[in-house]
Amino acid sequence: MSNTHVDLSKRHSEKPVFSSEKMAEVQGIISQYPEGKHKSAIIRILHIAEETFGGWLSIETMDYVAEVLNIEPIEVYEVATFYTMFNLEPTGKFVFEVCRTGPCMLVGSDQLIEHIESTLDIKVGETTKDGMFTLKTAECLGACGYGPMLQCGKKYHEHLTNEKVNELIAAYRSGELPK
Amino acid sequence: MARRILLEHDNVPGIETFDVYRKNGGYRSVEKALKKMTPQEIVDEVQKSGLRGRGGAGFPTGMKWSFLAKPDGVPRYLLCNADESEPGTFKDRYLMEKIPHLLIEGMIVSSFALGANLSFIYIRGEYMWILEILEKAIAEAYANGFLGKNILGSGYDLDLRVAPGGGAYICGEETALIESLEGKRGNPRMKPPFPAVKGLWGCPTVVNNVESIAAVVPIINDGGDEYAKIGIGKSTGTKLISAGGNLARPGVYEIELGLSVEEFIYGDDYCRGIANGKKLKACIPGGSSVPILPAHLVTKTAEGLDRLMSYESLAEGGFVSGSMLGSGGFIVFDEDQCVVRNTWTFARFYAHESCGQCSPCREGTGWMEKVLNRLEHGQGNMRDIDLLAEINKKIEGNTICPLGDAAAWPVAAAIRHFREEFEWHVTNKEEAQTRNYGLLKASM
Repeated sequence: MSNTHVDLSKRHSEKPVFSSEKMAEVQGIISQYPEGKHKSAIIRILHIAEETFGGWLSIETMDYVAEVLNIEPIEVYEVATFYTMFNLEPTGKFVFEVCRTGPCMLVGSDQLIEHIESTLDIKVGETTKDGMFTLKTAECLGACGYGPMLQCGKKYHEHLTNEKVNELIAAYRSGELPK
Repeated sequence: MARRILLEHDNVPGIETFDVYRKNGGYRSVEKALKKMTPQEIVDEVQKSGLRGRGGAGFPTGMKWSFLAKPDGVPRYLLCNADESEPGTFKDRYLMEKIPHLLIEGMIVSSFALGANLSFIYIRGEYMWILEILEKAIAEAYANGFLGKNILGSGYDLDLRVAPGGGAYICGEETALIESLEGKRGNPRMKPPFPAVKGLWGCPTVVNNVESIAAVVPIINDGGDEYAKIGIGKSTGTKLISAGGNLARPGVYEIELGLSVEEFIYGDDYCRGIANGKKLKACIPGGSSVPILPAHLVTKTAEGLDRLMSYESLAEGGFVSGSMLGSGGFIVFDEDQCVVRNTWTFARFYAHESCGQCSPCREGTGWMEKVLNRLEHGQGNMRDIDLLAEINKKIEGNTICPLGDAAAWPVAAAIRHFREEFEWHVTNKEEAQTRNYGLLKASM
């Protein structure tokens, strides 16, 4: 349960709107569900909206998704605040989510988190001054045999060591995204 | 006993593509099922196979299928539970990533058996890249006539979709999964009615784990009786085990049920012992929800019998000296690890993942996390250890879904087997803040 209260001071200044290309993708997803069951598409569309509109879901974005799905805004707020993958506040350009549940803890996730904190000079939950990185922790990401690990966007980085994390940070900074 | 049925071809280059998969014997079960069998005959084979749900509960799959209501004119749905989130478990991910067509093949045969014309794979949101792999494979299956209208000229129609979650462990509970698939918060439903009667959009629904559905493929290819010959007793077939923690060679292994735990941990074909030459301290054999076992109860039961990788043997001794096979999330602790710290991380996990609907779970998981946090950090007292047991009793059995039990049981087991370690954290407050109990013991 995310227990999230939406901070209304953080807004998008302009109304987010999908490009016609994105809209076609979104309509394609909606059409996967039977007539009248289009609300089922909400989670996937929120993922797309988050990716499209700056990596987080503002009130404006959620209202727009409600409009696209032809449902009440509250139905979108309910879902967006329940599922912890959704960012309800702006984040850095890259969000590192380090798994810290039992199996990753056993192989050194605590030390990895400390290393990233000192390297980026931020604490868990904070964003670097240049806006490049946000550090978060995550509960079990299903990589228990390949830890310690972190997720950044859709990518899992596994078998991490301090050196590998340093390389990863350098790669993200330089724009040469790791495959 | 290395027996590979599901993962037989996992290392064949290109096995994720339709052509290579098909050349390696893929989609034979669809041809057999749709051309030569009736839906009831498929259900019968699955019942004969003795296959038990591979998601964790171990309920017989064929029996679950036989409960499905079939009112006239009402659609029925098959949902694949790919919301793999139980700490310690990463087997479904491996199967879907490596051999996506195996799951699709199983979905087609199973959907036909249940009379479903629209089926879904609900996958955890973090596995977004696997969703893409699956959708690519599904598109290939459509292009080759294995999905869509009139599959292989049989007159049977099936559409298969993939839907992502949003990072909620609770959506692995089948009614929460259904709520989520309907586009809502993942709050579990009261049962009855069971999904078999009233599931997705109020229609009869079956929810099965990825591995269970994949196992339908060899069951149909070789027959339920042949499948039942694999394994031991009521633990038939093979099981994918996710081996993690302090092992020399962690990873996903397919084992024949009945393999000895000793062989699995130390054998050359499997995990090759504890990492860095250390000693085994404890093991959680079936995912974070099942009881932890101290070293002396891992490879042997309390009666001194060899402990086997099976539903029955791992449960031997009940909650006093046994555990459960669960999802097959096999977590191993070396001698330097701290059980209190691990238990705290699990309590934090459950507090984070409680949907908040039932107060015993919402409040109880939060309190357990707080109490364990202060114990681990040298700020607890002896009374806290008993307090945890009290909170446990107030959660278990008092909630709509089993998340509350799943949160309570591992704490109870950790205290049962490692009480002195909890007490050490109370009596050595300063050291508890700076040192790990496991390391301390090792240096003594």
